[in-house]
Amino acid sequence: MSIKGKACIAGAFEHPLRKAPEHSVAQLHAECARGALADAGLSKSDVDGYFCAGDAPGLGALSMIEYMGLKVRHVDSTETGGSSYLIHVAHAAQAIAAGKCNVALITLAGRPRSEGSSGTQPRNWGANLPDVPYEMPYGPLTVNQYAMAAMRHMHEFGTTSEQLAWIKVAASRHAQYNPNAMLPKPVTVEEVVESPMISDPLHRLDCCVVSDGGGALIVTRPEIARSLNRPVVNILGAGESPKDLSGGRFDLTTTGAAWSGPAAFEEAGVRPADIDYVSIYDSFTITVLLQLEDLGFCRKGEGGRFVADGNLISGEGTLPFNTDGGGLCNNHPANRGGMTKIIEAVRQLRGEAHPEVQVPGCRLALAQGTGGSIGTRHGSATLILERGE
Amino acid sequence: MTMATPYQDRDMAAPALNPGDEPYFEAAKERRLLVKRCKDCGEYHFYPRPICPHCFSDQTEWVEAQGTGTIYTFSVTRRAGPIPYAIAHVTLDEGVSMMSNIVDCDLDEIRVGQPVKVVFKHTRENWMVPCFTPA
Repeated sequence: MSIKGKACIAGAFEHPLRKAPEHSVAQLHAECARGALADAGLSKSDVDGYFCAGDAPGLGALSMIEYMGLKVRHVDSTETGGSSYLIHVAHAAQAIAAGKCNVALITLAGRPRSEGSSGTQPRNWGANLPDVPYEMPYGPLTVNQYAMAAMRHMHEFGTTSEQLAWIKVAASRHAQYNPNAMLPKPVTVEEVVESPMISDPLHRLDCCVVSDGGGALIVTRPEIARSLNRPVVNILGAGESPKDLSGGRFDLTTTGAAWSGPAAFEEAGVRPADIDYVSIYDSFTITVLLQLEDLGFCRKGEGGRFVADGNLISGEGTLPFNTDGGGLCNNHPANRGGMTKIIEAVRQLRGEAHPEVQVPGCRLALAQGTGGSIGTRHGSATLILERGE
Repeated sequence: MTMATPYQDRDMAAPALNPGDEPYFEAAKERRLLVKRCKDCGEYHFYPRPICPHCFSDQTEWVEAQGTGTIYTFSVTRRAGPIPYAIAHVTLDEGVSMMSNIVDCDLDEIRVGQPVKVVFKHTRENWMVPCFTPA
């Protein structure tokens, strides 16, 4: 059974706050849910399926269902880090196709900026982790895991810091039109490569921002979506793939997108050349480059040349990406970028992106995320969306 | 021109052992690097597990590694802690790669593909862990 044509994204909301010390995490989730329902023109009592990931406090879905007063008949708390929300959209479409729910709510929220947690601090994943004794003494951080992937890519393919910097430059050129963006000022390649080195070869401006906030989505049946007073966004295809260190035999220049991407393209029945706009998870510049290669927008090893010279800038290049400024410039709520990738893809397909970055006639969009760490173990998820009639 | 970045001993977190991890870390206290090999399929794996991740056999055994390998990749983390340090994935001559630190050298001279050999460094709680230095 395919999910193609079985479900639509009918509501999307991005929390406007980037720092929220006065909000609880549960409150942020609920505010995002309210926003997405209002966007769709639906009410809380219409929701019969709820989806959330590890950022939801307490017992996750159970705690948030109680807090928001939901009455649902389908629950899914699949956790693949920052890519969870792309998988939630796919799983919601599957649940709708199987008759398990009609209106699915997906929420994300967190306050890492207020709570002082970022990619330069060790993550505390708790007890009983099988890998921790063999890794934690060596000081693995989010930033140095991705840096090791970048270092290997540079070694194998000659990728340069200047090429990676173009990814940040493109994001910053888009962010200048986003009034909520944390870093709205356009930057140059020189400014990126001259920013302080955090972990070789990643500079400060190769890293995403740390922000509070969140987002939410409503996924529903096509007939319900078409009855609402909003543009319809069809879900065409999806793929999900974990990738890890495989018992000590691995490469760090390929992400799970090499498997989730082809699965999504096959289900959607489209090719990379058909895609008008991409949202690519951008925890770091290297994250974008690896995923673009793995999705087939260019060949493995050619990502550096592909992203250079403004090729990702809307209105200038061949593949406009992250037109909200992405995680590199706009926001990165809960240290998880998947939700906001979907939201900007929905804006593009509705024609509701900022006019300066709107892709004319945007019909097909791809949203891509990786969660966890590409330097060790991560979950990749790909979603292909279409503007409905 | 970058200035040399000499290795400095770092306050290393203790390995939070799970049941079954003791032989690896007791051997490390004796400056021996153990890896796991499967008696059924013959494959090495890392990190060590009682059940082979390749063929799912429960017939795995500890074997002492030669302690030599090459740097698959690395990163000198310069601005996240009190001192710079080099994290790496090292491919052992047995064919499996492991996370480690590159130590006892100028961190600015580390290169991908460089041959390395194992040395052992102290962590908190009186454990030792394998690290690597240019061979």
